Amino acid sequence: MPGQLLMKGNEVMAEAAVRAGCRFYSGYPITPQNEIPEYLSWRLPEVGGVFIQAESELAAINMVYGASAAGVRAMTSSSSPGISLKQEGISFLAGAELPAVVANVQRGGPGLGNISGSQQDYFQSTKGGGHGDYRLLAYAPFNHQELWDLTMTAFDKADEYRNPVMILTDGVLGQMMEPFVPTEYVPPGLPPKDWVLDGCRGRPPRVIKTLYLGEGELERQNLKLQKKYQRMKEAEVLYETYMVDDADLVIVAFGIAARVSLSAVRLLRRRGRRAGLFRPVTLFPFPEREIGDLAEAGRRFLVVELNLGQMVEDVLLAVNGASEVRLYGRCGGSMMTPEEVVDAAERMESLDTRRRVRVSLK
Amino acid sequence: MEKGIIIAGSGGQGILLLGRLIAYTSMLEGRNVTWFPSYGAEMRGGTANCTVLISDEVIGSPVVQNPDILIVFNCLSLERFLPRLKREGTVFYDSSLVTPEKCGRPGMLDGCLHSVAVEASAEAARLGSIRFANMVMFGAFLRVTGLSGLSVSEEALRAILPDRHHDLIPGNLRAIERGYGQG
Repeated sequence: MPGQLLMKGNEVMAEAAVRAGCRFYSGYPITPQNEIPEYLSWRLPEVGGVFIQAESELAAINMVYGASAAGVRAMTSSSSPGISLKQEGISFLAGAELPAVVANVQRGGPGLGNISGSQQDYFQSTKGGGHGDYRLLAYAPFNHQELWDLTMTAFDKADEYRNPVMILTDGVLGQMMEPFVPTEYVPPGLPPKDWVLDGCRGRPPRVIKTLYLGEGELERQNLKLQKKYQRMKEAEVLYETYMVDDADLVIVAFGIAARVSLSAVRLLRRRGRRAGLFRPVTLFPFPEREIGDLAEAGRRFLVVELNLGQMVEDVLLAVNGASEVRLYGRCGGSMMTPEEVVDAAERMESLDTRRRVRVSLK
Repeated sequence: MEKGIIIAGSGGQGILLLGRLIAYTSMLEGRNVTWFPSYGAEMRGGTANCTVLISDEVIGSPVVQNPDILIVFNCLSLERFLPRLKREGTVFYDSSLVTPEKCGRPGMLDGCLHSVAVEASAEAARLGSIRFANMVMFGAFLRVTGLSGLSVSEEALRAILPDRHHDLIPGNLRAIERGYGQG
């Protein structure tokens, strides 16, 4: 295809951020996401932006808070342990209703873990992560075209909802190269930011804060935030399906695990098994209605993820007892093969457990 | 058509660049490709490897357990990856550095249906720099596999190499042609 580029996933996100108008980045090095700051360290100055290698993850996320409060499109990135360090700042961004884009190129955990790709931070990305009752809009790209497109979308949605947006990817997608088309960024026509701190000469002062001590004040703020998350649930759910129309068994997977699962579905089809793939593109909001509908229509589910059972809980909630749900997970930075997913699917086929909800490991 | 390729050797031998060249030329031929490096605590002189997948279909996992093609530049890599090569697979090795005898395991390629010895490092040295060895290997790889044509090599090199190294493109192309003759 003409116009294709071949870049590392990390570099794809970095360039997409610049094209989407990101003009501030601060971060602290950690494998396997280092190509993002490396790229932006020379690229942002080219477009008049600011790149800062911070003294720590805490400093990095709080610099993003400052840049965002000043009205600049701002981003940080890290990998799992570094994202944990940034959780306090992410909670503050959510509380202050400041837009920001955070990319997590996941590696194995807990603790320092290892540097291989993983999906062990699903809970952290979708259920809050830091303290307080907040949500991030969370995207789970599964190829380089989506890394490009969704990074741009992330900046738009962060501004639209005045909320931090998480791009949840992993070491494999971040490190690998594959072709993509660098489509042009089209601004969505958002209203001007009438809340930024840009000097109050000639206008009343503005306040950006997360501290609400007055009677009932914080509850009102929380309820306001909840309304925003509800709007996201109504308007922002993204997913993709592959051969689910006539499927008995639907594999549910996101990100890199969805690529492996796509290969597995092709192998299963070649063996005459009616298998399909359901791929959530947004993890919050989660496509619960769509999965619920498939369950009501009699599909059984195999959840495939690079952890030992996180997204499966959201699938169970969506299915709500209407069908069978099982899990095949690998952990600690290990990667499953399509053949292993096929085996897990066929083990499920051989079990007569229709209409019973069960979760099992492997 | 789907071909999984593992390229392995020592850091500094141009392993990752050779992988990118194979991926890029296949992309120019209109195929789906992925390139996935070993990463982390890599250093010059340490081990380096990468995986390239070339397919007419949309590619799922970029990780390859059993490659169709193995390209190696040192004994350690041959010993490590040969057991994973598919039965009908092809191994290319830089015979200036790697032979079963040099590795101290005379019969190790006996069970191998397709093995291609390429005098990559020696040929590169004759061209003026041992650092052309990966390009000599690429030429031989093109000749044997036919996965892409010689003609797209220059376009690929222009895209992959940073501008400051574009003066090396003629030398690289000469090395590729020399390897093509050896394949």
